[in-house]
Amino acid sequence: MLPSPFEFERPSTIADAVRAVGESGDGMFYSGGTELLLAMKMRVIHPDRLVDIKGIVGLDRIALNDANDIEIGARCTHKKIASDPVIREYVPALSSLCANVANVRVRSVGTIGGNLCFGEPHADPPTMLAALDARLVLIGPSGTRVVHADDFIRSELETVREPDELLTVIAFPRPTGPVTYRRFKHGERPSVNVAMAWSLGAGGRTITSARVRVGALGSRPQLLKAVEDALQGISVAEVRPAIEAVLPTALDELEVNEDRHGGADYKRHLAGVLLLRNAEEAIAAGGSA
Amino acid sequence: MTHVLPISFSLNGQAIAIEVPTHTLLIDLIRDRLGLKGTKRSCDMEVCGACTVLLDGEPISSCTTLAVDVDQREVTTIEGVTPSDGLSRIQKAFVLHGGLQCGFCTPGFIMAVTALLKATPHPTDEQIRHYLHGNLCRCTGYTKIFEAVRSLAVEQVSEDAA
Repeated sequence: MLPSPFEFERPSTIADAVRAVGESGDGMFYSGGTELLLAMKMRVIHPDRLVDIKGIVGLDRIALNDANDIEIGARCTHKKIASDPVIREYVPALSSLCANVANVRVRSVGTIGGNLCFGEPHADPPTMLAALDARLVLIGPSGTRVVHADDFIRSELETVREPDELLTVIAFPRPTGPVTYRRFKHGERPSVNVAMAWSLGAGGRTITSARVRVGALGSRPQLLKAVEDALQGISVAEVRPAIEAVLPTALDELEVNEDRHGGADYKRHLAGVLLLRNAEEAIAAGGSA
Repeated sequence: MTHVLPISFSLNGQAIAIEVPTHTLLIDLIRDRLGLKGTKRSCDMEVCGACTVLLDGEPISSCTTLAVDVDQREVTTIEGVTPSDGLSRIQKAFVLHGGLQCGFCTPGFIMAVTALLKATPHPTDEQIRHYLHGNLCRCTGYTKIFEAVRSLAVEQVSEDAA
């Protein structure tokens, strides 16, 4: 089906883009359109104006900054992130994640910012970015604010972003230990995914802290606090029994939607399997660090 | 109210200047206004790959691309990679290996393989499977398509060696 008619603007600055959305009745930022146009074709949403951000210089930049944060411009395509040398060196798990989002056509034009802003629960990047403790920079008419990835997605297809706030940059500390990500999927979207990021102490034998997120099960990525607590301060060699001791209870506490991807018990089981496989990979990576 | 914008782009090497409603999809511009019917619409949601065209050499789903977004860019369709006097070597490989039956998905596959071989002239088996994962075929069971693409990868390796 065709989308409803809309105005199309191509601003060259963030300020003009924010103004162009704010001035319209129901305007939206637009880049790859891989999620947005699908919803518009289904007439689920019908913006009266699309504001194309592809002409704004700098929103597709990837860099390691002076504060040792990795910054990813919000309109970087999955393809760009997958092949970027900075991401490949410091967060190869994110590179690999982006190399496997949806299909090659979606990766050509779909952006990481668009993916986050859509708030689709069955998505790859939000889970990993939450595990990486990413901060999202939003610029709106009244200035700039920073939102943690954990707080960004509110519920299914809903985020804390105001319509005229543009997500510009995603930043996270350069990982100081192994980052792992696994998903299980039937079609193109993950049914369950698990991301884990460890900070390792000197020598790489002790976990100083761990962040564990499970995605696609509920309305947004969820924290596995019991697992994080169990991993804190232990040696890499003790990881498996430490996780197994708390895993059943931790999985039971997850919010799980039963849907065509499977029943709740099945999905919890999958989450546990993926988590333990991530741990095996991290142990191998940590041991060699 | 319909909003119309002028766009200029290259379609299979030919300069096109045309006015399009902003909500026109690329596939409709190509098929219905410019008359190139080789690009197929199937799932209409970026999953099947039948509508694949190349935008500046990259594969995209023309069913979910705005026509206004190709302004000042290069679009290549199946007509653009088909020689006037026959078939390209990719098309010949599909014929030779039986990589098609009904043929509806074939233009999309040919475009995807064109982009794959340009980026990676000698893809491994895994790279072929990964790249073509997003093109669906309901006839062949994929094995024959895979064999066709693999023959091209191998053929290029032996040509380079010679």
